[in-house]
Amino acid sequence: MLFYALKRFGVAILVAVAVSIVTFSLLRFSGDPAAAMAGESATEEDIEYVRKHYGLDRPLPVQYADWAVKAMQGDFGESIYLKRAVSGILADRAPTTMILGALSLSFALILAIPLGVLAAMFPNTLVDRVALGIAVIGQALPSFFFALIMIIVFGVWLRWLPISGHASWLNFIMPSIALGYYATPAIMRLTRAGMMDVMSSDYIRTARAKGLKPRVVLFKHALRNAIIPVVSLSAVQLGFMLGGSIVIETIFSLNGLGNLAWQSIQRSDFEVMQAIVLTIASFYILLTFLADLLNAFLDPRIRVS
Amino acid sequence: MAERILSVDNLKVEIPVPSGMLHAVQGVSFKVDRGETLCIVGESGCGKSLTSLAIMDLLPTKANRTAERLELHGKNVLDIPEDEMADIRGNLMGMIFQEPMTSLNPAYTIGNQLEEALIRHRKVSRDEARDRAVYLLEKVGITAARSRLRQYPHQLSGGLRQRVMIAMTLMCGPGLIIADEPTTALDVTIQAQILLLLAELQKEFDMGLILITHDLGVVARVADRVCVMYAGQVVEQGSAKQVFENPTHPYTQGLLECIPIPGKTARGSHLGSIPGIVPSLVGEMNCCHFSDRCPYATDICRTQTVDLRQGFTADHDFRCVLTSEQCAENLKQKVPA
Repeated sequence: MLFYALKRFGVAILVAVAVSIVTFSLLRFSGDPAAAMAGESATEEDIEYVRKHYGLDRPLPVQYADWAVKAMQGDFGESIYLKRAVSGILADRAPTTMILGALSLSFALILAIPLGVLAAMFPNTLVDRVALGIAVIGQALPSFFFALIMIIVFGVWLRWLPISGHASWLNFIMPSIALGYYATPAIMRLTRAGMMDVMSSDYIRTARAKGLKPRVVLFKHALRNAIIPVVSLSAVQLGFMLGGSIVIETIFSLNGLGNLAWQSIQRSDFEVMQAIVLTIASFYILLTFLADLLNAFLDPRIRVS
Repeated sequence: MAERILSVDNLKVEIPVPSGMLHAVQGVSFKVDRGETLCIVGESGCGKSLTSLAIMDLLPTKANRTAERLELHGKNVLDIPEDEMADIRGNLMGMIFQEPMTSLNPAYTIGNQLEEALIRHRKVSRDEARDRAVYLLEKVGITAARSRLRQYPHQLSGGLRQRVMIAMTLMCGPGLIIADEPTTALDVTIQAQILLLLAELQKEFDMGLILITHDLGVVARVADRVCVMYAGQVVEQGSAKQVFENPTHPYTQGLLECIPIPGKTARGSHLGSIPGIVPSLVGEMNCCHFSDRCPYATDICRTQTVDLRQGFTADHDFRCVLTSEQCAENLKQKVPA
């Protein structure tokens, strides 16, 4: 188990390093950071001065090494627009996005897993079709559109929920549902397929032959095995959610990383963009790592060799 | 006379399929006494596995089961509520399946799966259940039983897993065990061990055993009674001695010709085979099911159904238009001894 965890952790670190190299290079190649930093009215000499001053004239690997060493110490440079340390800005913004991600995933799991189990219990019946229908709507509706509908219905007509800002937990309800609903169909369908598969397996027949109660057969013997692939998928879905948070945070004016990313792209704020991508990627990598550990806990075939 | 454990009368299993109704089991009747081994033999698809699942009430949901009588220890178990049936399953009767590799839950330890069988049916503590599990694991020939309890199925070989399955069905001390081809998925060397183990345990715990197999060598070694099935019907049943020494139904005769007898079958000589294929069981069949493969079939076999009739003794039945003497004569002429 320890060896497995260490191996997974090593892979996670490698992925994080690879992501940082790719983002660093992409951002350097997509425009001239010196020109962006110097501003629109800058002369050739000004740009050249900025290039020298910030060390942008050095070879790319040297720049990367310099940046990476500082990043490991928690120093992501300074935002050229906000004139603040990037690490400070991230510390302000990250919690909002993390809360949004956690709530969205919770919403998706709480909706999708029971629906998937129900659909598998009564395949090809009305229950199955209704469950599938709820899930398919989630897949068919773009999350921004669904978000706007919710704003109109619950924010404007019914006035139940606030439509922007992050003053209280009420502000997170609609964004979480909008973001989580999009992930529901995939999780629901995988749960359904997994349960159908497991319920027709030999060990479920064995469990029934032992005279175990249907409840025990379903939750102890079936769900435990059916849920294993769902754990991995949830980590992937959370990755999509972090990406989707750029749109949703903008719609609901949540001051999270997504919103910041959108603003920084408009401002060509290189240092901030770089740090955001790395933060979101690290968060995603961490979750995948945790999902691997959870899977190893659920599936002794991974844990015990 | 020994205590009657199981009585089955006119058991039928029907499964709706796209092309009509599949008559998988067509009126099977038999009895199992305490300490007795009944072997059900027949080729794939003859309905022997479905018969066993029907007794356990573990048929697929779309399958339809009917019977005139299904009694366990003299108590009706036909059409009783599912929760009452669940109290009986694993408690008064247990089942061992064909596939030891997939019949245990990969997510739980052997100990957990053994213990839960007893805890479900008896008011015992986990410690008591664990002691019983260790005792039975030793009984089925597993060494270092106590440490095995913490192992997972994937850490055990197929033979060991099947031993665990056997121990699991014994947890509540059932009066009847149904073993559905318990050795088919195992290595030949392990097969014999498992069968001998089953036979020993059956004697020791004085249980009824239904052993489903298509291996006649196995039947010859362990059976008290034999029930030969073909295309959903019993075509011959009787004591093992009766069926092996005087096979009456042409299908039983054909089956026995297929196995070599050490010392008797000459090296290089051809073993028997039964030409043709099993008929489809979808829809009604108004003929002897074996008629299109039977060497003695006449027009009457192809135009009317055939009932079971008494053979040489009172507890020997077979399903043929010929008399038992005619059948015996046919066999004598075919194999000049």
